[in-house]
Amino acid sequence: MITVENLVKEFGPKKAVNNVTFSVQRGEILGFLGPNGAGKSTTMRMITGFFPPTSGRVAVGGHDLAEDPIAAKKLIGYLPESAPCYSDMTVAGFLGFAAEMRGLRGAARDAAIEKAVGLCFLRDVLHQSVDTLSKGYRHRTCFAQSILHDPDVLVLDEPTDGLDPNQKHEVRQLIKRMGEKKAIIFSTHILEEVEAVCSRAIIIDRGTVVANGTPAELKARSEVAGSVSLRVQGVAVDVVRSKLGGLMVAGRVHANATGPSVTARIFPRDKSVNGELAKAVAELTAKEAWHFDELHTEEGRLDEVFRAITLPDTVQAKEA
Amino acid sequence: MSPDSFRNVWTIAKRELTGYFNSPVAYVFIVIFLLLNGFFTFMLGGFFERGEANLNSFFTWHPWLYLFLVPAAGMRLWAEERRVGTLELLLTMPIAPWEAIVGKFAACWAFLALALALTFPVVFTVGFLGAPDFGTILAGYVGSLLLAGAYLAVTVMTSALTRNQVISFILSVVICFFLILCGWEPVTNLLVRWAPDWFVNTVAAFSVMPHFAGFQRGVVDLRDLVFFGSVMVFSLFSTSVILRSLRGA
Ligand SMILES: Nc1ncnc2c1ncn2[C@@H]1O[C@H](COP(=O)(O)OP(=O)(O)O)[C@@H](O)[C@H]1O
Ligand SMILES: [Mg+2]
Repeated sequence: MITVENLVKEFGPKKAVNNVTFSVQRGEILGFLGPNGAGKSTTMRMITGFFPPTSGRVAVGGHDLAEDPIAAKKLIGYLPESAPCYSDMTVAGFLGFAAEMRGLRGAARDAAIEKAVGLCFLRDVLHQSVDTLSKGYRHRTCFAQSILHDPDVLVLDEPTDGLDPNQKHEVRQLIKRMGEKKAIIFSTHILEEVEAVCSRAIIIDRGTVVANGTPAELKARSEVAGSVSLRVQGVAVDVVRSKLGGLMVAGRVHANATGPSVTARIFPRDKSVNGELAKAVAELTAKEAWHFDELHTEEGRLDEVFRAITLPDTVQAKEA
Repeated sequence: MSPDSFRNVWTIAKRELTGYFNSPVAYVFIVIFLLLNGFFTFMLGGFFERGEANLNSFFTWHPWLYLFLVPAAGMRLWAEERRVGTLELLLTMPIAPWEAIVGKFAACWAFLALALALTFPVVFTVGFLGAPDFGTILAGYVGSLLLAGAYLAVTVMTSALTRNQVISFILSVVICFFLILCGWEPVTNLLVRWAPDWFVNTVAAFSVMPHFAGFQRGVVDLRDLVFFGSVMVFSLFSTSVILRSLRGA
């Protein structure tokens, strides 16, 4: 549904987006991750046709944004970053306006508003003026505007920004449900959100895509991914370290004593056989009759991957 | 204009007008407009002292009255959209940018037309006191409305230049002031002393004053219509260029 090819956006001498290429299919929810100023909003503004790209191409539903912007825009629902609304209108008036701009009239318009109001929990404030709304309500009002016409493509720039934890949860559930039938792209810097909602994630840094994969694939790039954590009781640290180090499949071993227990992290010698490692460690604890109260394989942590690939300079400095 | 375009323009104009009347600004504006009109016509214009059955003392002041009131009415049109960020919402809707420009302009112009229409008691007054030529009065109203439209188009343009309404106001007042001065008799009388005639005439041709004067005499000249039309088209077209360059950066 969304095709982005070699997208570049320059602001004067500065490249805000540099050669970004990706696509999103129907049924996919793409998480767009990156530190502040990475170029997430700029990319979304080009997808929605607000900014013309310096070079490169965007197509939505087969319509090129440069050649047939109106046909493309009809398919898109867009929640801009600051969730702007016309403050001199009521919520109902604003949604009515947005529906009419989408070509919805009469009964179709009322039905669309009714549905969006239900989904976004706006019933209580329907006749309230937008400028008296709290931030969360204003955000949801703008969100409601983006789903009025039941678009095939949703572009959401930080849809959970400024919401309280309950509202965040509701919005995530909503995105997830709608993602079954639409192509959704949303930006965030909350990593747990990506794991909870996305089928795929792209990490962008200084205008360039630095990672693109499922959340599981990205996590697997984490340094700790595939390592095994073990906590045993009543055994000396040195013993634990040397026994674990003796395993065929084990690589590096870190072990520390914390009170009466010893915590160890065993890295696989070869990442591709990490299933073996947990089994070998389990067999070892059984053979030595160690009493352990924790044993698991690390999936990897997204925040670690994120930090490692978006700030390579500081990470290298720390390791040196 | 396709039916779709017409609907989009109408939807945008309707939203803009609802916005006006949802805030006290519209009512304050109309009251001030009527009060100032009354003050200029009856106090400064010497409506009664003239003892003439026409509205010259009413229309004469409009270029000066509009100089401040029209920019005040229109300064927010784009500046506010830019400041709040709704510009992004509006321009990612499935519409052509010119539809938004025309819709906003039309809404504000209709609002000014309403304010102007509410001056109707002055017509009754002059009709009651004497036997005026209602054709001339109608022409005067048409000219006044076109004058307001020209100023408004300039304001729409300056409003797109900035996200600050005050700057937008000042810029449009300056431009409209220039459009008055370059053809206002006291200024042209000064100019002819040191500039050749053709130069003075060319500069004056850009002024609203000679084009507005015809309507006050009851003459609806095609050239005057073309002049006001051109100012509006040019300014609105410039607005679309400005809006595009904003996004192109
Ligand atoms: N209209 C603009 N003019 C100039 N620079 C801009 C503009 N919009 C964004 N930028 C710059 O482009 C870079 C990317 O910004 P943005 O896309 O907003 O990042 P993100 O949304 O990932 O935080 C930033 O450095 C920002 O300063
Ligand atoms: Mg952003």
